[in-house]
Amino acid sequence: MIIPDQITTSKESAQRGKAVIEIKGLYKSFGDNHVLNGFNMTLLKGENLVVMGKSGSGKSVMIKCLVGLVQPDSGTVKVLGKEINKLDQHTLDELRSDIGFLFQGSALYDSMTVRENLEFPMRRHKEKLGVVSDTEPLVREALENVGLAHTMDLMPVELSGGMKRRVALARTLILKPKVILYDEPTSGLDPITSKEIIELMRSIQKKYGTSSLIITHDVDCARVISERMILLVDGINYAEGTYAQLSQSTDPKVDAFFKK
Amino acid sequence: MGNTSTSFKGAKQFFIEIGDLSYFAARFFREVLKPPFEFKELMRQCYQMGNRSLVLVTVTGFIIGLVLTLQSRPTLIQFGAVSWMPNMVGISIVREIGPVITALICAGRIASGIGAELGSMRVTEQIDAMEVSGTNPFKYLVITRIMATTLMLPILVFYGDLVALYGSALVENLKGDVSFQLYFNIVFDALSYSDLVPATIKSFFFGFTIGLVGCYKGYYSKKGTAGVGIAANTAVVMASLLLFVVDFIAVFISDIFYEL
Repeated sequence: MIIPDQITTSKESAQRGKAVIEIKGLYKSFGDNHVLNGFNMTLLKGENLVVMGKSGSGKSVMIKCLVGLVQPDSGTVKVLGKEINKLDQHTLDELRSDIGFLFQGSALYDSMTVRENLEFPMRRHKEKLGVVSDTEPLVREALENVGLAHTMDLMPVELSGGMKRRVALARTLILKPKVILYDEPTSGLDPITSKEIIELMRSIQKKYGTSSLIITHDVDCARVISERMILLVDGINYAEGTYAQLSQSTDPKVDAFFKK
Repeated sequence: MGNTSTSFKGAKQFFIEIGDLSYFAARFFREVLKPPFEFKELMRQCYQMGNRSLVLVTVTGFIIGLVLTLQSRPTLIQFGAVSWMPNMVGISIVREIGPVITALICAGRIASGIGAELGSMRVTEQIDAMEVSGTNPFKYLVITRIMATTLMLPILVFYGDLVALYGSALVENLKGDVSFQLYFNIVFDALSYSDLVPATIKSFFFGFTIGLVGCYKGYYSKKGTAGVGIAANTAVVMASLLLFVVDFIAVFISDIFYEL
């Protein structure tokens, strides 16, 4: 069991492999609401890291700091060796093509077909993908990866919640990212569909060797997919370890996450 | 005391809103000439806003022309001035009624539509998804819509004027035995550049105002579905109010140049 004073430090983690994401002393407040109070985290190359926390604990804020959607009050955020807050817009956009982001509600563009949804991220990154004009093979491959090649010409409104999540995952994969950030990937889905999504995440990780940061409050999701976990409590990384270590904890704040 | 405090808060909120709107407009002018340009989306928006407003503008314009002529006719007959009907109706429609009514109709249809669409995109994180994919959502969503309304409104006003004049000519033809050709000859003889130029210029400003307010309200819509409704509603109210302010300024400036 790893409790706050025994948290694996970034330095120790970095020794296990190359860090693709490093967060040091991250602070973020909204008015009087102090969401993040010095959060630290390191995601290693090829690793599946789960960050768990209660609703409103700042998980989504933290993950949005990683792609520059939210500006932190202080602290450093490094992704693939680049400090996000110091990048100009062009470099940030380039870096974003290496980061996949699966949004909580899928965030598919309502006014576009599934095909157009997948083509959209490619507009600015055709050189990286080596695409001249025909994007069809890439779109088909991405949809086949999630088992939805037949939905190419459907509108998002015609898809079920699980299908939307899978299309969103396909859209995330289309730029062949090195890191994928999952914001509550199973929220709002039934248990069977949740399992399918988790399986899909694992198969994608195996196939492409991506590093994954998964934000969730779904214990089952964390148990299946995590190699390492961080519990975010009161804006800090309260505890860190494997699922087995943390689930055996007698610390009331840690135990609260795993109580059935 | 309570009323004073509420009024003060209201006034403060009003000035904050005007400041934010001005900043939003300034950002539009900063980014409108910077590449990349979203021509395809601009064309799509022009089609959406122009084509889909045609029926509404046709019905409204026709009824306005019809009613204006029917209402004015008895009074003009009383003064023996019914032969001046085409001049009066033509000038009033081209100078003022046509642009203002068309703009108000479009404020109701377009500004609310943009407010609701962008508000919904904000709430469902589609705007965030766009940003993460390396596309500037301000350029793709806001600039294209403001440009489309600015370009399409003068065309709709011109079309609405013609339909209104046709409605008026129909009444004169049925009630006063004036042929369509004669009616339009008199109207075009009565109109001068000092009627057409200011009306056309102010139509561009009306279009800009409608697009700007709709986008501003939608883009900064607060989280939640209630926020979408508020964005759509306040977009119409604010756009309609600002149209009258713009109209007043336009008439004031026209008076200086053309001595109306």
